[in-house]
Amino acid sequence: MNVTTIVGLEVHVQLQTKTKIFCGCANRFNPDAPNTQVCPVCLGHPGTLPVMNKEAFDLSLITATALNCEIAEFTKWDRKQYFYPDLPKGYQISQYDLPFSKEGWLEIDGDDGNRRKIRINRAHLEEDAGKNIHDETGRGKDSQVDLNRAGTPLLEIVSEPDLRSGAEAKQYLEEMRLLLTFLDVSDCNMQEGSLRCDANVNLHLTDDAGQKIATPIVEVKNLNSFRAVEAAIDFEVQRQLKEYEKSGRKLCDPGVEKETRGWDANRNVSFAQRGKEDAADYRYFPDPDLVPVTVTKERIADVRAALPEAPATRRRRFEKELGLSTYDADVIVNQGRELASYFEEVVEVSGDGKQSANFVTQDVLREMKERGVEIGEFPVSASILGTIVKRVVDNKITTKSGREVFSALLEEADNDQEISTSRVDEMISERGLEVVSDTGALEEAVRSAIANCSSAVEDYRAGRKQAIGAIIGQVMKQAKGADAKAVRELIIQVIEETA
Amino acid sequence: MQLTIEDVRKVAKLARLKLTPEEEELFVDQLGNILNYVEQLNEVDTENVLPMAHTAELTNVFRTDEPKTSIDRREALSNAPSTDGKYFLVPQILEGA
Ligand SMILES: [Zn+2]
Repeated sequence: MNVTTIVGLEVHVQLQTKTKIFCGCANRFNPDAPNTQVCPVCLGHPGTLPVMNKEAFDLSLITATALNCEIAEFTKWDRKQYFYPDLPKGYQISQYDLPFSKEGWLEIDGDDGNRRKIRINRAHLEEDAGKNIHDETGRGKDSQVDLNRAGTPLLEIVSEPDLRSGAEAKQYLEEMRLLLTFLDVSDCNMQEGSLRCDANVNLHLTDDAGQKIATPIVEVKNLNSFRAVEAAIDFEVQRQLKEYEKSGRKLCDPGVEKETRGWDANRNVSFAQRGKEDAADYRYFPDPDLVPVTVTKERIADVRAALPEAPATRRRRFEKELGLSTYDADVIVNQGRELASYFEEVVEVSGDGKQSANFVTQDVLREMKERGVEIGEFPVSASILGTIVKRVVDNKITTKSGREVFSALLEEADNDQEISTSRVDEMISERGLEVVSDTGALEEAVRSAIANCSSAVEDYRAGRKQAIGAIIGQVMKQAKGADAKAVRELIIQVIEETA
Repeated sequence: MQLTIEDVRKVAKLARLKLTPEEEELFVDQLGNILNYVEQLNEVDTENVLPMAHTAELTNVFRTDEPKTSIDRREALSNAPSTDGKYFLVPQILEGA
C-alpha cells in the first residue's frame, strides 16, 4: 500500500503592535499581572466600540505581501459567534468571506531536496482571546480567566494541504518564523504563544489494487513547539493507518466529520477531544461596529516596494554576490536577521565573503553557543572581526593566527577590557603574528634554529625524520606568522645544503 | 417558511438558553412569524446589487497605535460574578469541551 501524508497548517501569529487591535491597552505578554491590561472595550462591556489599530492592519499587509498573497482592495470584519470563558463578547471579531489577503506561497526545502512552493490559502486579521487557566489538581475547582491577551492582534495564516510530512511542516514553520522576524511583524516567541499552530492531517492511500482512499481529516490543536508539530504529524500518520486498517473509515463516508485532537507532548501521543456539538455553527455576520477597509493598488505597490529583504532572497544574494556555499548561506540566514546583518558588516570591512563566513559560522557561532548569548550581546563587534578577517585576506596573518587574535580579543573582552579595531593590529605585532614574507629573515631564523638543535639535525640525518619537528618549533617561535609547510621545506633544504 | 421545534431547540442551544416545552412551542410560532415578516424582503429584485458590508458609507476608520491607560484590576473584576481578586473565575472548563 502506498501512503501519502497530507498536511495543511493554520498558523496564528501575534503582531507586535504597542496596543491591542481595537483599544489602547498594552499588547504585552504579562501573565504575572493578570487582568491589568484591560479596558471596557477588550472586556467586552456593552456600549463600547472597537476601533481598528492602523499599525495592526499595516503589519498584516506587509506580512501578506511578503507571503506573495493577493491583497484585497475591499475587506471587512465579521463576528464569529461562540461561547467560551476567554471570549468576553461572546463572539470573536475575525474575517470570514472577504479576508484582506489570499492565494500566496512560501518556499521551503522539500523532503526531496528541491525547493517547493507551499501554497497559502489566505491570511486574515482577527483578535486573540484571553487565557484560561485550568485547575490541574483534578478536584474540579474553578478555572481562572486572564483577559490581558484578549484583543491582541492576531494574523491567521492558512496553508493549502501541500505539506507531505512532519519534517516538511517543521520546515515550513521555521521558514515562516524566520520571515516574520525578518519583517519585524512578530517576535514569534512560541513559549509566550506569539506563534501557535494547528495541523490538519490525513492520509491518501493507494492499495495494491490501485484503489485510492483518503482517511478522515484530523485537526491537531495546541501545538506549541516546532518539535511538537513534527512529532504530532508523525504520530498521526501511524495512528490513522492503524485506525483505517481497523475500521476502514474513509473521508467521504456518511457521518464522517473532521475530528479534533489534542497533543500530549509528555507522552508523545494525540488524544481525542470531545467534539463540539453543533460544531462550526459560528453564524458569521458582518460586524456593524467596524467599517470596511479599502486598499488602493498604489498602496499595495508601496508596501511591496518597501518590503524588507526576505530570508530566501538574502540567502540567494549571499550565494550569488558574496560567493557563499548554499550551506553557509543557510547557516547564517537561518540564525536570524541580526546575525545576517552582522555577517554583512564583517564582509564590508574584510572584503571577502567566504573567509568572513568561515569565521562567523565557525568561531562566532561556537562562542555564542558556549556563552548562550545572541549576536547583539556578542563582545567582538562586526568591525573588529572584519578587521581580523581583512588581515587574513591580505595575507598579513595566517587563518590560524586570525583565530588566535579572535580568541585573545574575546578573552580581553571577558576580562572587561575595552577592545576595538585598533587592538587587532596591536595584538598582531605584540604576538609577532605577522606573516614572515621576508625570506632573508626566515632563512636566518632557520639557520639559527639548526645551529641550536644540533642533536635534532643529527637525528634527522640518521633517518629519524620526525626529529625535524623540534627545529620547526624553534623557527615558529621566532617567526610566528611563518607558514609551517614552507618552514619545513626550507629546513630540509638548508640541512641538505650543509651536508 | 415553517420553523420546526428542532430549529428552535438548536437556536436555543447555540444561545445557551434553557426553554420549557411550552416556550419551545411558543417560539416556534413567534420566531416563525418574525422570519416570515423578514422574508418579504425576498420580493425585492437584488440582481446586480452588491452585498452591503456596512450600513454606514464609511471606510478606513483607524486609530493610531498609541497606548491609553487601562482600568485597574479591581475595577475590571468588579462586575464579575466570581473572582479570586486576580482572575475571573468560571466553573471548571473541560479541555476541548
Ligand atoms: Zn482594552
